Amino acid sequence: MDLAVAIGSLHLKNPLIAASGCFGYGVEYADAVDLASLGGIVVKGLFLAEREGHPAPRIVETPAGMLNAIGLQGIGVRRFVDEQLPELRARNATVIVNVCGTTLDEYVEVSKILSDAEGVAAIELNISCPNIKEGGIQFGCSLHGTHDVVSAVRKATRLPLIPKLTPNVTDVASFARAAEEAGADAVSLVNTFLAMVIDVETRRPKISNIVGGLSGPAIRPIAVRMVYECRQAVKIPVVGMGGIADARDALEFMIAGATAVQVGTANFVDPFIWPKLLDGMRDYGERHHLTRIADLVGSLDTRKKDHAWTSS
Amino acid sequence: MPIDVAAEVIGNRSLSSDYNVLALAAPAIAAAAAPGQFVMVKAAGGCDPLLRRPFSVFEILRDTSGIPTGLSILSKRIGPSTRLIYDAQPRDRVAVLGPLGRPFTVVEPPVDAWMIAGGVGLAPFWTLAEALRARGVQTTLFYGARTGAELFYLDVFRALGVELALTTEDGSAGERGRVVAPLDRRLAARSADAPLMLYACGPEGMLAATARVAKAHHRPCQVSVERVMGCGMGGCYSCVVPMRSGGGVHHVRSCIAGPVLAADQIVWD
Repeated sequence: MDLAVAIGSLHLKNPLIAASGCFGYGVEYADAVDLASLGGIVVKGLFLAEREGHPAPRIVETPAGMLNAIGLQGIGVRRFVDEQLPELRARNATVIVNVCGTTLDEYVEVSKILSDAEGVAAIELNISCPNIKEGGIQFGCSLHGTHDVVSAVRKATRLPLIPKLTPNVTDVASFARAAEEAGADAVSLVNTFLAMVIDVETRRPKISNIVGGLSGPAIRPIAVRMVYECRQAVKIPVVGMGGIADARDALEFMIAGATAVQVGTANFVDPFIWPKLLDGMRDYGERHHLTRIADLVGSLDTRKKDHAWTSS
Repeated sequence: MPIDVAAEVIGNRSLSSDYNVLALAAPAIAAAAAPGQFVMVKAAGGCDPLLRRPFSVFEILRDTSGIPTGLSILSKRIGPSTRLIYDAQPRDRVAVLGPLGRPFTVVEPPVDAWMIAGGVGLAPFWTLAEALRARGVQTTLFYGARTGAELFYLDVFRALGVELALTTEDGSAGERGRVVAPLDRRLAARSADAPLMLYACGPEGMLAATARVAKAHHRPCQVSVERVMGCGMGGCYSCVVPMRSGGGVHHVRSCIAGPVLAADQIVWD
């Protein structure tokens, strides 16, 4: 089965992408995983400047999931280009950079620096981090804001542009439409769900930021539904994520309408998950006689079962 | 490169109603592990609990010819994951990823080594004591617990030729009080010309107090920190420790920069 998929001009050798914030800058995993074997890796979100993020504790486990508020700790785009990108390039990784900003100008500036660098395949626009007040969510929670930031970055770069959408809105599909109208090549979703965990003995929040973003298998059915809704609403490709832990989960997102999928939390549990996911996809392709995995995208069968039995 | 194995449980020794030592058949990880390194452990498949938990390698298990056959972890039951580890049965399978992290820097004679352990913080010191004694380093273990019944494996350290300085909070064994008190006294009594390395592992307050007295007596100190950790590989940025470097304070990932860190660079609360 041909595993290749395309997101606009971005060609991926397979649909598996390491999710931003869950794979460091990629180099951390280079001993465990052949980085070139992944469809792509989205490196941790980058602003212009270095950021230290929130104090610990930054995560807490929840039923079938985890809550995080890291606070977008990062080395800044220039250090990334100088210190990490050369190794990623040498390892033939398909590098997608998650771009953050506190202002429109910062998004544009970071994107320009990445456009001039060698070895960046695409930009994922982070307008959805729930954990910092000034970090894009003010763009991602307003249709005008989404349109404005995507338009501004669109004018500044020819790299494939993939805004990452927050699920913390009433109608995520309208945000996918706003991104499409502003010139996005694809949208990725979902970022984490705003959530909270309290220690009842001490009455204190379990993470220092009080609230954080929920990820992991617990959120998967909601994420699948949102990917399905966006697929119906836009013509550009959708990159799906949210609690994928095995190949069947990834396939579920693709059938719902995702052209490619991202895996995050599951990589924490098993850094060797990538070849297992690929093997599972290949097995499925053989059993279902698929020649191209791309044929699976959006293939959800919503016909009534009765109809299927009685029609000739 | 870390190794991930579904290790068979080859023994589970209950030390008390809270503490146990779980022996795991993970020979490749055991053979590669250095003192102070850790493993990420998940005692059940599925989603609950979801994440692995970090544990120092406690003992390297060997066959009669000295070949590593596995490792053990020292666990204190505090939540769902450590309950599964407490209750694990022989022949159960436990996911073990490792060895991970930066190990202790092991000194050589004429430098003496003083290890300071609080409670479950004893965990990294068996392998460190073996390495130190194999080099002929004079080694002392300052070891504190709540009660005498929670001072474990004293015979092991004695057999390695490690001098013991014990404290308990209830006075049931050793000196009554906290382990940093005898450490402070012994540091004050020691000649400044006699070289010394301190190694500490235990509760955060104990580590901070150890760092303070080490600094007061101008002694280097390596601490093994314990943080809530998501992945152990540098991917999640959850286990950070604020550390001074280059004139500023930076959040350092204790999984890859540590867990062994220089006490005098950590910003203690």
